[in-house]
Amino acid sequence: MKGNEVIAEAAIRCGCDAYFGYPITPQSEVMETLMERKPWEETGMIVLQAESEVAAINMVYGGAGAGKKVMTSSSSPGISLKQEGITYIAGAELPCLVVNVVRGGPGLGTIQPAQSDYFQAVKGGGHGDYKLIVLAPNSVQEMNDFVDLGFELAFKYRNPVMILSDGIIGQMMEKVELSEYKPRLTDEEIVKRYGSWATTGKTKNRPRNVITSLELDSARQEVFNHKLIKKYQTIEENEVRYENFHTDDAEYLIVAYGSSSRISKKAVEMAREKGIKVGLLRPITLFPFPKKELAKLSKQVKGILTVEMSAGQMIEDVKLGVNCSIPVEHYGRLGGMIPSPDEIVTALEQKIIGGK
Amino acid sequence: MDIKDIIKPENVVFKKSSVMTDNVLHYCPGCTHGVVHRVIAEVIEEMGIQEKTIGVSPVGCSVLAYNYIDIDWQQAAHGRAPALATALNRLYPDKYIFTYQGDGDLASIGTAEIIHACNRGENILVVFINNAIYGMTGGQMAPTTLAGMPTSTSPYGRDVKLTGHPLKITEMLAQLPGTCFVTRESGETAAAVRKLKKSIQKGFENISKHKGTSFIEVVSTCNSGWKLSPVDSNRWMKENMFPVYPLGVLKDE
Repeated sequence: MKGNEVIAEAAIRCGCDAYFGYPITPQSEVMETLMERKPWEETGMIVLQAESEVAAINMVYGGAGAGKKVMTSSSSPGISLKQEGITYIAGAELPCLVVNVVRGGPGLGTIQPAQSDYFQAVKGGGHGDYKLIVLAPNSVQEMNDFVDLGFELAFKYRNPVMILSDGIIGQMMEKVELSEYKPRLTDEEIVKRYGSWATTGKTKNRPRNVITSLELDSARQEVFNHKLIKKYQTIEENEVRYENFHTDDAEYLIVAYGSSSRISKKAVEMAREKGIKVGLLRPITLFPFPKKELAKLSKQVKGILTVEMSAGQMIEDVKLGVNCSIPVEHYGRLGGMIPSPDEIVTALEQKIIGGK
Repeated sequence: MDIKDIIKPENVVFKKSSVMTDNVLHYCPGCTHGVVHRVIAEVIEEMGIQEKTIGVSPVGCSVLAYNYIDIDWQQAAHGRAPALATALNRLYPDKYIFTYQGDGDLASIGTAEIIHACNRGENILVVFINNAIYGMTGGQMAPTTLAGMPTSTSPYGRDVKLTGHPLKITEMLAQLPGTCFVTRESGETAAAVRKLKKSIQKGFENISKHKGTSFIEVVSTCNSGWKLSPVDSNRWMKENMFPVYPLGVLKDE
């Protein structure tokens, strides 16, 4: 199945209540698959094509505020339009899932794959001090797995979660083991679980629930900001996910996520055939970033090459992670171009091993 | 003698709706928001739908509506209330969902959201406060500002050649098959308030009948923004607003 189709299938199977979207290449298959599958007849899941990305994310805001399991998906220019809604959702502390199947930018850019939305996903995107939990799949299987995981984390921390995919994984076809069906929560179950905050209707036995991100008193707003900071710290302590590949004896390290990590794996194998002891660290969560693992590896390796399909965005977090103790260089292709494994090996030899 | 001995239940001729909270309204004296809030609260109480009603408040003076009407509320981003209400309606089809929006929110930044929500015939009630000005931000020009009307961003009066004409969005929405009830009301006299209340009740009743979108414009005053006394504001509204925004039912199906 295609990565995008799997997102749709996984949503139905994990008990998602609603999907609100707007067509944009290269992720339109998500909504197309849902419309063809008609989950409203099967699980009762709502699927609605909104008039814009702005409306779609605000429908997600409304559904999330009422305690429902709701999601949207888009690609880079559409995700830019959603930023207003995302910051409101983060500010109102609501759970939801946003999938970004990244394409090249800036502007309308290209419809080909890229990883140039890292800053937008990890550093904010919208206004104000907030963080998304960002999951970076590198296979169609993980497109399936991260939908359920994403919702789990979103509700655990009452925070929006983003799956930061790209046009390769969205369009790529691979074998996938789909998840078992989970039933949607009933309205009664939602009241029981989320009735303390969700707008399920004010009953006599509780005060009214208000979903808002507004606080006119600056002292109270500061207290709230500190509450968010504490939540993000807890997420950093508990939810870091990464994968190591040949790092045990590595003298050099490649750091790459998503599609680039797949290509970098091949590059590691090719370099090792040439006798270069290189390993790969693949961050699976981009926020929280695997800082501790990176710091540990920085004591072992002589240099790090980051591989991204961007002008070099994640490299800033890698540099912060190693605190400038060893050289860190970037290799990337842009505009929808994809790096090949031998290009990566050459970059490793020239930029890291050869030393500049 | 205790106050309870003086004010006996049998002597009460008027009381605040139990669906209104005890919070002190932040609205300026003379503002129409307080009247409309009270009417909505009364209708919710009389219909017995407090537990099933969810309001969506906008950005603008009525952003804090959730402090006054004792129901569950969601506070939307500027103009996006109909999108939130759409999701609530789809996910809770048996609940009473309404948005409460001002003219800047509904007829300017949220034009796309209101048109498409009405076009889909979302089973919701929209209460649209039109006072021809941005009240909360300090009296800037709104899409519904009258030709020649001075505001802080049109200090020499709205020049329609530069900034377009007063937007009659209610007439536009009445054209859409998704709307079932479209009316323009006001709240400056007891008679007008009674009429407004009937319309709001009808809007809520339409939700339970799954008839589509009910849309109620309330031509309102903003005496602070207009820089007039409350009494003069009412007079100014009748003389200047009503000819451009004539009261009455535009559609009732």
